[in-house]
Amino acid sequence: MPTIYIDDKPYEVDAGKNLLEACLNLGLDLPYFCWHPAMGSIGSCRQCAMVQYQNEEDTRGRIVMGCMTPVTDGARLSLQGEAASEFRESVIESLMLNHPHDCPVCAEGGECHLQDMTVMVGHRDRNYRGKKNTHRNQYLGPLISHEMNRCISCYRCVRFYKDYAGGTDLAALASHDHVYFGRHQEGVLQSEFAGNLVEVCPTGVFTDKTLLAQYTRKWDLQSAPSICVGCAAGCNTMPGERYGKLKRIHNRYNHEVNGYFLCDRGRFGGDFVNSESRLDFAGLQNDDGSYLPVKAEQALATAASWGQGDKVFAVGSPRASVESNYLLRRLVGAENFCPGFSDTEQRLVQQVANTLSQTRAISPSMKQIESADAVLILGEDVSNTAPRLALALRQSVRNKALELGTELRLEPWMDAAIRNLAQDQRSPMFIAGVSETRLNDIVETHVSLAPDDIARLGFAVAAEISGNPVDDLGVDLSALVVTIATALKKAKRPLIVSGTSLLNPSVIDGATAVAEALAAEKETMLSLSVSECNSLGVTMLDGGEGPDLTELAALAINGDIDTLLVLENDLYRRGTPEEIDRLLDNVKQLVVLDSLDNATLSKAQLALPASTFAESEGTLVNNEGRAQRYYPVFVDEEDRRASWQWLSLLGQATGASGFDQLQHFDQVAAACAQDIPALSEIVSAAPDHLFRNRGLKIPRQTPRYSGRTAMRADVSVHEPKQPVDEETPFAYSMEGLGSGQPSSLMPYTWAPGWNSNQSIQKFQDEAGGAIKGGTAGVRLIIPGQGVPHDVTEISATELRTTELGVFNPSASEWLLVPVYRVFGSDELSAHAPAIAELAGVAQVILHPSDAQSLQVSDGDGVSVICSIETAPLEVALDPTLARGCVGFTAGMAGVETLSAGSTVGLQKATDWVRRLPELIASDRPKVRGVQNV
Amino acid sequence: MENALIEKVLTRNIGPDLKPTDMTAYEANGGYRGLHKAMSGMSPNDCLEVVKASNLRGRGGAGFPTGMKWSFVPMGEQCSPGHKYLVTNADEMEPGTFKDRLLMECDPHQLIEGMILAAYTIQADLSYIFIRGEYVVAIQRLREALAECYEKGYLGNNILGSGFNLEMHVHTSAGRYICGEETALINALEGKRANPRAKPPFPQVSGLWGRPTIVNNVETLCNIPHIIDKGPEWFQSLGLGEDSGTKMYGASGYVKNPGCWELPIGTPVREILEEYAGGMTEGRKFKGFLPGGGSTDFLVEEHLDLPMDYGSIGAAGSRMGTGTMIILDDKTCPVGMVLNLIRFFAHESCGFCTPCREGLPWTRQVLEDIEAGRGLKEDLDTLARQVKYIGAMGNTHCALAPGAMEPLQSALKYFRDDFERHIEQGCCPYVDGGA
Repeated sequence: MPTIYIDDKPYEVDAGKNLLEACLNLGLDLPYFCWHPAMGSIGSCRQCAMVQYQNEEDTRGRIVMGCMTPVTDGARLSLQGEAASEFRESVIESLMLNHPHDCPVCAEGGECHLQDMTVMVGHRDRNYRGKKNTHRNQYLGPLISHEMNRCISCYRCVRFYKDYAGGTDLAALASHDHVYFGRHQEGVLQSEFAGNLVEVCPTGVFTDKTLLAQYTRKWDLQSAPSICVGCAAGCNTMPGERYGKLKRIHNRYNHEVNGYFLCDRGRFGGDFVNSESRLDFAGLQNDDGSYLPVKAEQALATAASWGQGDKVFAVGSPRASVESNYLLRRLVGAENFCPGFSDTEQRLVQQVANTLSQTRAISPSMKQIESADAVLILGEDVSNTAPRLALALRQSVRNKALELGTELRLEPWMDAAIRNLAQDQRSPMFIAGVSETRLNDIVETHVSLAPDDIARLGFAVAAEISGNPVDDLGVDLSALVVTIATALKKAKRPLIVSGTSLLNPSVIDGATAVAEALAAEKETMLSLSVSECNSLGVTMLDGGEGPDLTELAALAINGDIDTLLVLENDLYRRGTPEEIDRLLDNVKQLVVLDSLDNATLSKAQLALPASTFAESEGTLVNNEGRAQRYYPVFVDEEDRRASWQWLSLLGQATGASGFDQLQHFDQVAAACAQDIPALSEIVSAAPDHLFRNRGLKIPRQTPRYSGRTAMRADVSVHEPKQPVDEETPFAYSMEGLGSGQPSSLMPYTWAPGWNSNQSIQKFQDEAGGAIKGGTAGVRLIIPGQGVPHDVTEISATELRTTELGVFNPSASEWLLVPVYRVFGSDELSAHAPAIAELAGVAQVILHPSDAQSLQVSDGDGVSVICSIETAPLEVALDPTLARGCVGFTAGMAGVETLSAGSTVGLQKATDWVRRLPELIASDRPKVRGVQNV
Repeated sequence: MENALIEKVLTRNIGPDLKPTDMTAYEANGGYRGLHKAMSGMSPNDCLEVVKASNLRGRGGAGFPTGMKWSFVPMGEQCSPGHKYLVTNADEMEPGTFKDRLLMECDPHQLIEGMILAAYTIQADLSYIFIRGEYVVAIQRLREALAECYEKGYLGNNILGSGFNLEMHVHTSAGRYICGEETALINALEGKRANPRAKPPFPQVSGLWGRPTIVNNVETLCNIPHIIDKGPEWFQSLGLGEDSGTKMYGASGYVKNPGCWELPIGTPVREILEEYAGGMTEGRKFKGFLPGGGSTDFLVEEHLDLPMDYGSIGAAGSRMGTGTMIILDDKTCPVGMVLNLIRFFAHESCGFCTPCREGLPWTRQVLEDIEAGRGLKEDLDTLARQVKYIGAMGNTHCALAPGAMEPLQSALKYFRDDFERHIEQGCCPYVDGGA
């Protein structure tokens, strides 16, 4: 380890780092702006200046930038010396020339890195007498607010947006002190990672527009660690609440999972917590379909009276916690518990769970995904189904650049140098999907294929890798098969990505076959995406024992179901209305526990209002197989309860065995871990409620939480006692100790002098490293511990390509494939107004040739002809769609009757009214969502 | 150009009529002899050794030894497979500088021959002339000359049967001063923002499109054909002092005969000023001069007998820069002159690093106040602080801001009383005397 001397004191530091990282790792305060641990150095802000001396005799030294200077053994530096600190103060002073003094009305105030750094360098008096530059701000969509006057031109925004996240519509424009960071013209920011600008920007240029509408300062937010429920990636979040409203969601650093970044579905989708459609009370349905509000006790008594006997069945939920699902399953028995997917998806997720536990390949964390040096994606449009994973994949192709940099002895943090060196040289990524995805700009080859053909490609690649090439694939793909197999074989850390979203089991088998073929030779990663935040958790709980929805319907028709309990699940998203009606219309009593109003709920005889992720605790298992805990951020003022609480009370009321010992969350988690071997580790996901931080609870409120005695004064001048949290180590209070606890228990990040999210570096073992004391969450599936697949099975892949047969497009019939939208396809986030604005309407996606033969264009209406009649949907054209396929926007209102994988006809809708007039010509690029014309 | 005893090298084809030299005329006067010589028997390394031995230093301003710069380019097996690039920096935008324009407009083949030889030496297969967009005449003439070269087989595949291939393109700059900084030029050539790059890695290793690249000034490259043709000893003998060769010198300001002349490097300043520029115009007295463009320190009367070469001018506290002097006379306001320069540099900052982007406009504001009579006593401290803050190499991302501070810091040193008079009198004391 090199030794460096800072202000004449020797320090041992890690080789390969820069001086700024070294200082931060030593706990020294060196101010910075443009450097970002995930994005490296460019040397633009000049804030992290130090003085470097040539030797002991050198007394003058020269100013160097910490972030641009590698540590060298014996280097002599000054951090506190006058020359360095004067220079740093000058930098702040000049950054302040044009910065408005609007901190009191700025959304960044109180968590502004620029404020922190200004205080840190000690700049106070203004010497500049000139006028300030001002800029016009832009409308950037419903998510992000723009205030360019505050800009200090650190270039972080464009470096994140363009270089890191692959966005194309934000740029540094103009030059000298007129540099402007914005779009070429006003409009919605197109990247689904735009929300990260809020956290990446060191001051208040890009702020959270949804927060501005109901603004609260960071120090006034009550927070708790949480997990995003937007998809199965399991990103760690930090929701903040005040006045009973969820105000915003910020990223919560998890080294292995989401690092510093979230997608916009996760960041802004949580607003459904504040939705008007939230259930406020338990209700008994009247004959006319309306609900009679009842007290919780009465609701429980009713549910308990219906919940007796052996004709009680239940449907669990891939979006409810492991604990809630466990209690429900325990209440009705494993054989009466349906995990709550569509039939197809239930089998697919089970297939994923089995594969992950059996394969020798590693189910990678997102951090590991970033390390892949060759990627094959089969079928899964991760940009829309698990966006944060797509961002990790985007980093993986940079490994080629880092490798080239190594040859020139460039460290990974020398960002600009490495990008200039590598230009567009990337590690190989191949995608076979039904249409092009937003990763298309970085792929070596994309091929659009029907789902079965995607699977066949996978089998053929697997066969090629194992040395038994297939010859029945079709000429045009055989060269690609060889290219892909060669690239994967050459790679040191190959990664295969697939998932359930195409609802095709062969696609997952194909991906598994490739991963297995590679795993025979080397460390291989297999990332299989599932659709919801706890898809894998509920499946591991069920273990393939429970009935599917069709089997439940058959039982119901047979009169075998008296009472059906549905947990946080809108079944009308799991099957056609016909299929679900068949089930729900044939049970005597339907009890539904959910947080938002939906079609299933409106059929319930008894509706029980459930808390959301923001008001309850639970464990979720992400698609990597990692169990992570979320905690209530605030106390629900309404008469709502966490689902697990409802079910615990229900079990106690029905006298179900053991429920008297299942009254607390930790008891439930422990019982689940004991009963279900696959979930035995969930108790290690986070410390239990008895955890105390040096004897104290962990406060959800910051030490500066203000107005506690006044915020309810309009109701009563008597301040109520703070609610007591018996279930978690947190307190609904500012009292306690909020630092030094394990990373899974960090409700917010703050350190003295570091009020912004940059303070996270004070808790990391090194800048950009893991949080001290370990990464949050626990892996339930130990990576790469599976047994080798039978070798004959891999050579049998040859047969699978034949068995599946080539997909032949037809001129009059189309294969219906689901197409996912980051905004709109997810159930809960669609209730967030800003997300809904971006989501637009359900669409049918056609290849332009098909559109031409149907005589329709973008924005026209088309009816999908399947077994049942469907209402016409808007047409969107996609020239990259696989021929013979027609897409539909999965999960969006209007597509309930469409069933993926079926063969359908299409017909132009004659009485269709266009939302927007037909466009004759435009030089505007296609934009996302609603303005897609 | 009057002195017949002085050997003209770079301008030997340039007559008083400033007519362009075409292929025939160029070859008739010994043109492409260097190319023929190199292609028939000289290895790239031979060429490199000749250029190294010649002691040619970069004429763009920094004066870095050209041979040494070229020697950093990875050759043969050291170099990963792919293109190498030679780029001519013809983005001549240094205030007061107009030497490259003359060379390109009147003798385009000389530059092209130099480029072919340089490209051969580093084994580059693609070359660009990155030229200031306003130089429309030069652009036109270079394009014509390139066409002649392709026709003649001096460019393209297998040049003169040597097996060496070279493509050459003229690329017109969209116009920023910073494009004269070689790494900003490379970014501009790639179609990116013309922000300078951090070094290391140097362009010789990772330049255009991440490949080994040499960027040389027009005048530098124009010397190459003659060095290859006549040898390093001849070239060394041309200089009067330590430096070798001739230099394009120029003078602007209130002199009788502003212009540009090729003279032996190391010609004394006074000789250039008095014999070639013809001395000061009637009624004006010499007060000081910027030796090599707008980003060099002022020198004054006491420096007039210095030889104009890198070492002597450097030792006096300035830089020879481009060798084209801007003369300050006694009736021009030094504050106004510095303000004019700072305005230019503040406007031409790329906006990448803080001290330059914010510091230059601040400096401009202070100077504007002083020039307009609104200056305060403490403004001189502010200016001194700015000089310290942005004037040191390393404080900023590139050399633009330190260069911009050079005329200011030296003006504060030599003409401090002028600044003080502005502040004391509350107006510009030159207001009627200036131009």
